[in-house]
Amino acid sequence: MTLVYKDLLSEFRSRETISSMLVFSMLVVAIFNFAFDPGSAYAQQAAPGILWVAFTFSGIIGLNRSFVHEVDKGCLHGLLLAPFEHGAIFFGKMLGNLIFISIVELLTLPLFAVFFNLQTLQGLPQLLVVILLTTLGFSAVGTLFSAISVNTKTREMMLPILFLPVVIPILLAAVNATAMIFDGKGWNDISDWLRLLAAFDLIFISLAYLTFGFVVEE
Amino acid sequence: MLTDSKSQRVENVLGLLLFLGMLMTLYNVFIYAPTEKSMGDVQRIFYFHVPSAFVAFLGFLVCAGYSVAFLIKRNHRYDRVAYVSAEIGVLFSTIVLITGMIWARPIWQTWWTWDPRLTTMFILWFLYIAYLMLRNFTGEDERGARFAAVFAIIASADVPIVYMSIRWWGDRMMHPKPVLMGDEDSGLAPEMLYTFLFALAVFLILYFYLMMLRLRQERTAEILNSMKKNLALNEE
Amino acid sequence: MIDVRNLTKSFGNLYALRGLNLTVSRGTCLTVFGPNGAGKSTFIRILATLSKPTQGEIRIEGKDIFTNAEQYRNRLGVIAHATYLYDELTARENLVFYSKLYGIPDRDATVNRLLDEVGLGKRGNDRVRTFSRGMQQRLSIARAMLHNPDILLLDEPYTGLDQHASELLTGWIMKLRSDKRTIILITHDLAQGLEVADEVAIFLRGRVAHSAAASNFSNKEFQQLYFETVAGGREN
Repeated sequence: MTLVYKDLLSEFRSRETISSMLVFSMLVVAIFNFAFDPGSAYAQQAAPGILWVAFTFSGIIGLNRSFVHEVDKGCLHGLLLAPFEHGAIFFGKMLGNLIFISIVELLTLPLFAVFFNLQTLQGLPQLLVVILLTTLGFSAVGTLFSAISVNTKTREMMLPILFLPVVIPILLAAVNATAMIFDGKGWNDISDWLRLLAAFDLIFISLAYLTFGFVVEE
Repeated sequence: MLTDSKSQRVENVLGLLLFLGMLMTLYNVFIYAPTEKSMGDVQRIFYFHVPSAFVAFLGFLVCAGYSVAFLIKRNHRYDRVAYVSAEIGVLFSTIVLITGMIWARPIWQTWWTWDPRLTTMFILWFLYIAYLMLRNFTGEDERGARFAAVFAIIASADVPIVYMSIRWWGDRMMHPKPVLMGDEDSGLAPEMLYTFLFALAVFLILYFYLMMLRLRQERTAEILNSMKKNLALNEE
Repeated sequence: MIDVRNLTKSFGNLYALRGLNLTVSRGTCLTVFGPNGAGKSTFIRILATLSKPTQGEIRIEGKDIFTNAEQYRNRLGVIAHATYLYDELTARENLVFYSKLYGIPDRDATVNRLLDEVGLGKRGNDRVRTFSRGMQQRLSIARAMLHNPDILLLDEPYTGLDQHASELLTGWIMKLRSDKRTIILITHDLAQGLEVADEVAIFLRGRVAHSAAASNFSNKEFQQLYFETVAGGREN
């Protein structure tokens, strides 16, 4: 199972996925800076939303690539033929996506902090936990839907349409928790949101795990 | 095979009931039911708005139930029911959103507000639009049906989660509580209640009638498709 | 050894397999021929546990393949038109990856031995992307042989190979056959398929239209039989 994760690490060699995700994510942050008057109070208020828009959309790019490599040379069949249960493939791919998206998020964060003049350092541990929990939920839903969309006629087009409405509750919790962190609130204030995020993660991971077998069957 | 006489008879009876029921509902709503005190005549849209919401939810519930059944039994009839039911659900949730906006404009002075109920309905609408698009972009084979069923299951699990997270988001409740299960003071006058229940019954008949109609259509389309495919195989 | 009974795959009125029956005894090589849409690839997908049948069953030594799928997959090797190899990894990395999936004990030794056997010992550290189609297919054979399977499924392995590469492949299949492995080969190429086969079967519309021992035919006789069978199926 962790072997699938090893395979994803090896895909670092091409670096095409991570780099395009990163550039996209930074572009979103930059573009929103032009959309709002930089430094205005309005831009500060919108900051948590902008951060999560950047993370969500760059995440979609990465998730889209996730199964393209597997389907191209039929590698997914190779995995499915291996003597273990198909759910293990789900966890392997989910873990790989989690790592990919997290790396991009961590690399975007400094740029974001500079553009928006944030003193994020004090709330950093809280922010990292929010990012981790949210990205986990994204990866669970995204891995499942990526396996679906790669087999549709439109390939990349289908993923955002399936993915975005489903992750709205996760996104909502993430944006709110992030806003509170930017306001200087501590663990106690955001604990409700964190628990909500954790609960969503649990629900989505178990549902996606249970249904994954039906998606990869020919 | 094309005309199953028994289900055809049921369909005809439902159609007749529907015709009479709709006439009766129009009479009830616009003539029989008293005008609401504070809102005036606009309130009469309630008799369409709420039953549509019931039908929309019923449609999505049936879709989710039959999706689970399909994944377990692999009977393509279940898949057909799920598909058709989601379609009707989308139709009626569109009606809910539009009638809601028309109603909200004079009462709340705005077309739209991000109230939990409104937002949930809106996201629900998006979810099932996505479901229908997914069905369009996959082949009409077993795999496409499985994809759709998996998405329907995730989407239906998402609905209570969406509602919950928006409730937590903040108190922006403007939408009244459900009339039937709500508090004492949200009760309706007896004439209104009767009008509402009657309309609800007619809308439910409409749901089943549309279901039968669309299922028959889909069955015919499938038979036609398999005939075409056989012809193509012969020519190859 | 392999017992296929009443195997059916359908969705609604569309049938890929219609009650297919077939027996393959241990150590024989069965070649399956048939026109497009005859159900060959559906058959091999079910045999590889990648797809589930609507009805019927496949038993290996009396055991249903789906109830003990993980054990069964341990005995199964698949070589298909698609190579199942990762372009960005080297030949060795690909084999190491797959041998980890199969939990092979002396990994490095096995990988090195197989690389040598398929004549890629010197190219082991080059990325698969730089390989020709024939080299990729040879690496794919090594991949399929990692866990030393005794049942082999070959799904159109000749597609896209040049003359030299397909001669090599034929040599490999002969070698595997002499090892007393059970082989099922699917191909369009009548001459090549007949050359390596102990038995032949012609699929037509999801059923076995004709099956016989391969030694009964010369190339020419078999060609004639094939076209007569396919043409005969078209008329009824």
